[in-house]
Amino acid sequence: MKNVQKQKRANKSLPFFFRDEFKVCLVIILVSVALLITTFTFDIVPPILNRGIQPATFPKALLILIIVMSLLIYYLAIKNPWKVEKKLPKSFFLTLLSFFIFVVISKTLDFFLAISALSIFVSYYWGEKRIFYLLLVGIIFPVLVFIFFETILGLRFPPGIITNIYYS
Amino acid sequence: MENLLLMMAPLFSSKLLLVLFFGTLFGLILGVLPGLGPTTGGALILPFTMTLDPLSAIVLLTSIYCAGTYGGAITAVLINTPGTPAAAATCLDGYPLAQKGEAGRALGMATVSSTVGGIFSVIILVFFAPILAQLAYEFGQPEYFALAIFGLTMLASIGEGSPIKNLIAGAFGILISTVGKDFMTSIDRFTFGINELTEGIGFIPVVVGLFAMSEMLTQSTLINQVFNRIALKAIKLPSKDDYKKTWKTILRSSGIGSFIGVLPAEGGTVASLIGYSEAKRFSKKPEEFGKGSIEGIAGAEAANNAATGGAMVPTLALGIPGSATTAVILTGLIIHGVRPGPDLFREQPDFLYGIFGAMLIANVLFFIFGFFGAKIFARITLVPNKILWPMIFAVSVCGTYSLNQSIIDVWIMLFFGVLGFFMRRYGFSVVPVIIGLILGELVEGTLRQSLVIFDGNWLMFFTRPIALTFFILSLIALAFPLIRSKKFKK
Repeated sequence: MKNVQKQKRANKSLPFFFRDEFKVCLVIILVSVALLITTFTFDIVPPILNRGIQPATFPKALLILIIVMSLLIYYLAIKNPWKVEKKLPKSFFLTLLSFFIFVVISKTLDFFLAISALSIFVSYYWGEKRIFYLLLVGIIFPVLVFIFFETILGLRFPPGIITNIYYS
Repeated sequence: MENLLLMMAPLFSSKLLLVLFFGTLFGLILGVLPGLGPTTGGALILPFTMTLDPLSAIVLLTSIYCAGTYGGAITAVLINTPGTPAAAATCLDGYPLAQKGEAGRALGMATVSSTVGGIFSVIILVFFAPILAQLAYEFGQPEYFALAIFGLTMLASIGEGSPIKNLIAGAFGILISTVGKDFMTSIDRFTFGINELTEGIGFIPVVVGLFAMSEMLTQSTLINQVFNRIALKAIKLPSKDDYKKTWKTILRSSGIGSFIGVLPAEGGTVASLIGYSEAKRFSKKPEEFGKGSIEGIAGAEAANNAATGGAMVPTLALGIPGSATTAVILTGLIIHGVRPGPDLFREQPDFLYGIFGAMLIANVLFFIFGFFGAKIFARITLVPNKILWPMIFAVSVCGTYSLNQSIIDVWIMLFFGVLGFFMRRYGFSVVPVIIGLILGELVEGTLRQSLVIFDGNWLMFFTRPIALTFFILSLIALAFPLIRSKKFKK
């Protein structure tokens, strides 16, 4: 409890634009406003086909509600600041990077290769240095999953360097 | 009598028994592993259920739900880390008792009270779900709209975390459901010219992303965490003295858990906290709570398992999920073409009573597995995260891809994984997003159809007594956190 109060005090001492509550509410509001603007580009249904309300009305109402509630959160946070979150460790950013690498490899090279690369990358950076276990998570297990989905669920994986060899 | 026979049907089907066996086993393993649990596990297994018939698929998911909720207690007692959020209250007394060298006794009480709570709640489910479904026959579009709003406000008020943040998350979930072609006019909304988005955003990428992938990112911040494991020799059945001390607590918590479960909210977690605090309030020795009280374990565990059956009541009778895991089960029902609600009770009683029977058997099965296998299940926590999570990633990716064979779904899953991580970091629960996504079509559809019925007059909603009752209840639900916080300040 004391620790939380200390973290809250630490947050209060920061300028408002560095505080988490400001940054989070700002992001929510900016995204909501951008989406709200998008709703004005939705097609308008002629009155004869219109069922109750226009297709854009419901999302507009939701987005306005989200914006109002975000402002309310920020207002409440001025009185009762959020506690400062601990800095994210390097392992988090590496895992996030591995997601990005997965997307790039699965799009350009191969889906299976992307799974293997991510598994080895994550396992290694999370502290696994033994070759057998890296092979287990990076090759043996994905192969088993691949075979399971291929044979039992009849799934066809997207084309790529390795999957093309398998399918041909 | 006929219904009782229908409930016993799973016992006479070797296929269903096999599904139950594996579901319970898998649920226990998921429950034991911190960070996984029945919700994430259910989400991971959803794509695989497509190979099963609807009854087997839902039996698999419900047995995972029942066993997973209990499995969390094993980790709570032995390593002071709840395997599932619903087992958080079990840590308070389970671990101190285990530290005193009575881990077997603590787990024995957790197993017995979980089983009693679970069976009690199935009985509640069997009796109350048909009554609620019967009531739902009176519901028209305006009543369903009001009910869905009530469900969302309840989630905000008694769910975990800040009510306003929960409401934002719920509204965001509904917003996601509007992506794609408008189901009434076929007009594209939020598709940004991407063809794959015209069909909307699927449940599975969002569910797997928000639960499994966000948890993977959370685990990446905890890789240096060290657990102090307590060795378990064997589970012990509670003694006569323990039963004497706890039978009232178990029954009370079973009732509390079933009631909380029926309310559309975060079922087991809230139920176990209330069950625990009520056990303390009624105890003759409240000073022992937090130091290894056997009543504390019984109170928390009976309540969280009782919430499983309770949460299935609105899920099956109204199509409104009672908890995060029942939201996944509801997704399973929908993707298998089963629409919950009163018609399901009239048209497919064999399907429903099959589920009730399966839940009853799952509660007995996890008692047996827990009793004879807790020592083995406890060893599962030794699997290091650096091996476990890359494997979960492989299954998540393939499972998400398998449903529509679409790589976009995988990317959507990863996007929601990152979003879910940051939501949790800043105190936004991800559960309302899922429930909002599931209820989104119902909320919008019933609102628009109601407005057609009312000729655009919004005030007509208040002329319908049932709808008005739900709106008043929604207002009370919204005011409840304010009243609660003022009471706490006093």
